[in-house]
Amino acid sequence: MSELLKNIIRFILFILVQVFILFKMPPLHRFVTPYLYFLYILWLPFSLSRAALTFIGFFFGLCLDYFTKTPGLHAAACTLIAYVRPFVIGLLISQEGADKNYIAPSFVSMGWAPYATYAIVLTVLHHSYLVLLEWLSFGNFMYFLGKVIASTAVSLLLILVTELLFFRKQKFRTNTI
Amino acid sequence: MRNVFLFIGRHFNFLFFLVLQIIALSFLFRFNKYHEAAFLNVSTEITGRINERYNNIEYYFQLKKTNEALVQENLRLRQQLKENYEGPDSLRRMINDTIRVDTGQRLLKYRILEAKVVNNSVTAMANYLTIHRGFDQGVRPNMGVTGPQGIVGSVVNVSKNFATVQSMLHYQFGVVAKLKNSRETGTISWNGQSPLFVTMKNIPKSVKVNIGDTVVTSQTSSLFPANLMVGTIADIVPDPSSNFYTLKVRTATNFSTLEYVYVIDNLQYDEQKRLEDSTRKKIQ
Repeated sequence: MSELLKNIIRFILFILVQVFILFKMPPLHRFVTPYLYFLYILWLPFSLSRAALTFIGFFFGLCLDYFTKTPGLHAAACTLIAYVRPFVIGLLISQEGADKNYIAPSFVSMGWAPYATYAIVLTVLHHSYLVLLEWLSFGNFMYFLGKVIASTAVSLLLILVTELLFFRKQKFRTNTI
Repeated sequence: MRNVFLFIGRHFNFLFFLVLQIIALSFLFRFNKYHEAAFLNVSTEITGRINERYNNIEYYFQLKKTNEALVQENLRLRQQLKENYEGPDSLRRMINDTIRVDTGQRLLKYRILEAKVVNNSVTAMANYLTIHRGFDQGVRPNMGVTGPQGIVGSVVNVSKNFATVQSMLHYQFGVVAKLKNSRETGTISWNGQSPLFVTMKNIPKSVKVNIGDTVVTSQTSSLFPANLMVGTIADIVPDPSSNFYTLKVRTATNFSTLEYVYVIDNLQYDEQKRLEDSTRKKIQ
């Protein structure tokens, strides 16, 4: 399957899972909102240019927004992490030229520790910005702090489960052949 | 000029990011204020169709609960039938009934439209429902929405065949309500903490309030007819600094199992609104 088709299917699946499964779950606590959809942005290929990445982030967030009737909220947060993603990858990439030899970020291509750091940094960033925007019109500081921490913990757990369930095989590519 | 282009070329990614952020934030704050955003009509139609598909499946799992709620509602309505009330005749004087049967339409204030809920959320800070009845079927913004057990919210946005309803569980929702016993009016709002409770304010402390008292809609609310169920008082939050009670009200509606709602069309609203607006203008 081509990389483009794979990503289009992922786009639809991530939004449907977020809207019809995770948002439909009975609330555990007011601090906990299980977010997983932004994993799509974490899984996008290395080869995308930064402008394309930013635009995909914006469009992806906006699609989710129209389901939740909050136009702009998730779009703003997704644009932010999509923009920051290349910087974080640049800092964390361990193997020389891993972004040339592999297609997308994963445990295999980046190594366990750098990939975990990458996921944690972007998750925290996404949640802080999202809750901050919510907080501007509503709520207090304890709400902000509690929600960021609790939602991040739940999101990271969900990401771990997803990574283990849908293990992405990554082929090592070279251009020396 | 050349330097400007060079600057844009060098920082293109960052500027593009800023532009997208500004678009997103302007969407968000515009929507929070006026409940309107670009492409919202089109998107409501599309997401409505997808939600409808999902709801067709989910609906079967809720049939039992829906049935129970409807039976309960029927029971309550049957209880109110005129035939159930009979007392000894005490009238001593003949009165001519002057009600105009033919022109009864003019006296009708509320018209009720039923609608199926195709999407519903209770977990967010701003909760909305999507109903499968839109502009073509007579729904307009600012109509009240009630469920089988109690009030639900108000219509904020309408597309051709769907409408979005701001649920009572929305931080901007407010409605005038009264205590059934003392007829004292206050306002209902939501503090975002639990989907089971809303807050009632502006009831003076001179009024006697008990836990378990019923809260119903007031006749001064333009959204709802009087005496629709809102909920029951679950707790009285102590606040010694204020002369008013803060009451925690358990909502009559169970928002997570809502399947059918009724949209309430206030036929006399336009006239009332026009009068009130012109009065306001006159005073200024």
